[in-house]
Amino acid sequence: MPSDVVDPGVIRNFCIIAHIDHGKSTLADRMLEFTGLVEGRNMRAQYLDKMDIERERGITIKAQNVRLPWTLDGTNHILHLIDTPGHVDFSYEVSRSLAACEGAILLVDAAQGIEAQTLANLYLALENDLHIIPVLNKIDLPAAQPEKYAAELANIIGCDPADVLRVSAKTGEGVTHLLDEVVRQVPAPTGDPDAPPRALIFDSVYDQYRGVITYVRVIDGRLTTRDRCLMMSTGATHETLEVGVAAPEPTPRPSLGVGEVGYVIPGVKEVRQARVGDTMTSASKPAKEMLGGYRHPKPMVYSGLYPIDGSDYPMLRDALDKLQLNDAALVYEPESSVALGFGFRCGFLGLLHMEIVRERLEREFDLALISTAPNVVYRVVLEEGGEVVVTNPADWPAAKIGQVFEPVVDAMILMPSDYVGSVMELCQQRRGMLKGMDYLSADRVELKYVLPLGEIIFDFFDQLKSRTRGYASLDYEPAGEQESQLVKVDILLQGETVDAFSAIVHKDKAYAYGTAMASKLRELIPRQQFEVPIQAAIGSRVIARENIRAMRKDVLAKCYGGDITRKRKLLEKQKEGKRRMKMVGRVEVPQEAFIAALQTTPKTD
Amino acid sequence: MRPFGVYVHVPFCASRCGYCDFNTYTASELGGGGSQAEYAGTVAMEIGQARSSFGAGAPVAQAVFFGGGTPTLLPPADLVRILDSVRDAFGLAADAEVTTEANPESVDAASLRALRAGGFNRISFGMQSARPHVLAVLDRQHTPGRTAEVVAMARDAGFEHVNVDLIYGTPGETDDDWRASLEAAIATGVDHVSAYSLIVENGTRLAARMQRGELPRPDDDAAADRYLIADEMLSAAGFEWYEVSNWARSHAARSRHNLLYWTDADWWGFGPGAHSHRDGVRWWNVKHPTTYAARLAAGESPAQGSETLTAAERRMEDVMLRVRLRDGLPLDLVGDAVDAVDALCDEGLLTVEADRVVLTLRGRLLADAVVRRLV
Repeated sequence: MPSDVVDPGVIRNFCIIAHIDHGKSTLADRMLEFTGLVEGRNMRAQYLDKMDIERERGITIKAQNVRLPWTLDGTNHILHLIDTPGHVDFSYEVSRSLAACEGAILLVDAAQGIEAQTLANLYLALENDLHIIPVLNKIDLPAAQPEKYAAELANIIGCDPADVLRVSAKTGEGVTHLLDEVVRQVPAPTGDPDAPPRALIFDSVYDQYRGVITYVRVIDGRLTTRDRCLMMSTGATHETLEVGVAAPEPTPRPSLGVGEVGYVIPGVKEVRQARVGDTMTSASKPAKEMLGGYRHPKPMVYSGLYPIDGSDYPMLRDALDKLQLNDAALVYEPESSVALGFGFRCGFLGLLHMEIVRERLEREFDLALISTAPNVVYRVVLEEGGEVVVTNPADWPAAKIGQVFEPVVDAMILMPSDYVGSVMELCQQRRGMLKGMDYLSADRVELKYVLPLGEIIFDFFDQLKSRTRGYASLDYEPAGEQESQLVKVDILLQGETVDAFSAIVHKDKAYAYGTAMASKLRELIPRQQFEVPIQAAIGSRVIARENIRAMRKDVLAKCYGGDITRKRKLLEKQKEGKRRMKMVGRVEVPQEAFIAALQTTPKTD
Repeated sequence: MRPFGVYVHVPFCASRCGYCDFNTYTASELGGGGSQAEYAGTVAMEIGQARSSFGAGAPVAQAVFFGGGTPTLLPPADLVRILDSVRDAFGLAADAEVTTEANPESVDAASLRALRAGGFNRISFGMQSARPHVLAVLDRQHTPGRTAEVVAMARDAGFEHVNVDLIYGTPGETDDDWRASLEAAIATGVDHVSAYSLIVENGTRLAARMQRGELPRPDDDAAADRYLIADEMLSAAGFEWYEVSNWARSHAARSRHNLLYWTDADWWGFGPGAHSHRDGVRWWNVKHPTTYAARLAAGESPAQGSETLTAAERRMEDVMLRVRLRDGLPLDLVGDAVDAVDALCDEGLLTVEADRVVLTLRGRLLADAVVRRLV
């Protein structure tokens, strides 16, 4: 065998499934240290999490991977640790990472037990036929209850509580044994070395110097720099600039064979040209069939993003262009608003994805932004036939509407049993349908609900956390659509629609939304020389009304003591303030009022 | 020659009122050259400096106004001495208006006679309200009946014109309280009334009390109602408005000194923190009496800063001040804001009288909004 050919028998590909804060990154760090890849003193905490936001929030957004040498019983093994993103918005990316592995470490905090998201990812791993190694972390904590949670884990995956390993990623206790067990328990990869190459792209990132770097798992055959590569979903071919492994810094190699995990630099500029889940093959000897499971990412949540300072609009456009190089799921198009000026309508995988994009725009590009209330994608069937897909309340059809369909999700909520009543009440308010209730252990309950996605993206998670003092965890996955009685509520100032405040809500909540928004705007919009009615309306039917009474007094009583400069400066300041007002019809509204109204979305519960 | 007036600031009060943010000090706060005893001499030094800066062409003062603070906290002889310095330096026009502000409790028949004899012919009393609970919120020291007494004394002493200042919109004041104050003011027989809505200035004790929730904040609608009540009652009693916050029984009773401010005249403000204007140049003195006195003792100018107005700023000020007058804003000052004038007339805020625009009653309450559209 040539020197760069690796026997699949010594390879173990695995990932770590864990909840935020349960210590996944710390465990990965410890593995890097124990396998001698990174010396302890060079260790940057959470080496594998590259983005600032990830490190600050302690969460993993984009999967990274690393190749670890490990010797057991005299045999040198190659372990590939594939780090998975840890949030519901990225469940598709998680599923692709899992598909690149044969085994998974199920890592659970010994003081907290399993969380909903972990459970959801565990189910995903089981669907992918992964071998599961259950592990309790943080056994050094005084609050750890390893017996209790080992029993819980054993109950969930159907093993003996004694098989649940116990480690402390912080102190390193048990990590060596865990690495040994990975070699013993995780099956070696299998594949046809002589077939045309097929590699699964499980991550794709943009690097400003190298262009797109794809992370791949080779299933069959061999990828080399001698062949051009071919993306099977599009048929596009690219030059294979470099092939290598992460150890943990990128290390070029002549080729990658069956079972190996590494990177390929295909010489493209945008991650959309090398999408996660796609199959990479050779252009000269292409495979006939794609690997299964490819899905084009589809935005689930839309929101308008606007620069607070209108002159930042070109900067925002450039920043979105740059982010899209690295984010195949982000979509956007220009839109303009009476209230907010010029901005972009953006589509996201979910709420966290939206938050991350916004935070990166603000942090990496130094932009101050305001976003409109997020909405989901609605399918509207018209009475006269035909249908419209609505991603923006502004596009809600004026024609007679037959039926409206909204996306729903299967939600899984785990919580201590004390909070079941309160959580059920919340789900009820959010139009949830109870599907099941299970006791994971004596005092922990799993609730299953079908919920409209539109109800979750508002402030569901915050409400859930506050009702359960932070003890509940939530996971959900798309579960099709349902017909619902949805209406668009417009907010009008003196008869003019204020576009940024239109919302699609259930008809039973329209009145609450309309009243809350109208009274909020009444407080925020300064009085004008004339009375200004604020109305909430469904079509032409007004459902709520507030009045901003006319301003009767706007005069400084006294120009005293000859200090006319002071009065003139005040006037100049007022003039400047007026210049920055947004006009809705004849009504002058400071942009701050719109922003304040959007920043505290009224509760409709 | 441009009309010229003199303002003398007297920065002393017996105690500080909770709403006041003027440049004033109680006796205990001051010492050295800034003290009350030496004040007349200190101001005389600044008057001397001013006189020399004019060289041969010093203007004659059309009006002199002593404001504060409480000017009458100084002995009448000190006020008369300062007035003498002004007369010596600039000369007074034959019909010059010479006013001092006074608190009702800070004068008596004798002091009023002394002031009148020294050349003062107009006096302005800080009455503020006729209601004890309103005076208490304002921290005013006098009793409600005192104003009527001192106005009568001033008439007896021979003052030609007497004004009272009133404040409306004080927390706790009702419309009826306000009517009672207006009735009391009218009954004193004064020929001039100034009525100001209470302005809560940052940093005052009053603002702090509102911040803590001890007092309600002034309500603009209530203030608008009180203004209308004032205009109605004063008009019925024979007063005519000639500036947004000022009413006079006759043309002669209008404050000529204040009109100088509002019609782009020149004036020299003497005393700490006083503002001056000469043909588009404004300057203002250091604020603290001790610093002020030290500057003058060292032979230096007490001016702290100045600005030269651009043509645009000068026009802006002109519009801002003249539009508040009953005499109105000359149309030639409107410039290219003709469309705004038409719109404001349509909205009922302005009327055109010959070559001028004049605020309507509703326009007077929205004068700042009108100005913003005219400049």
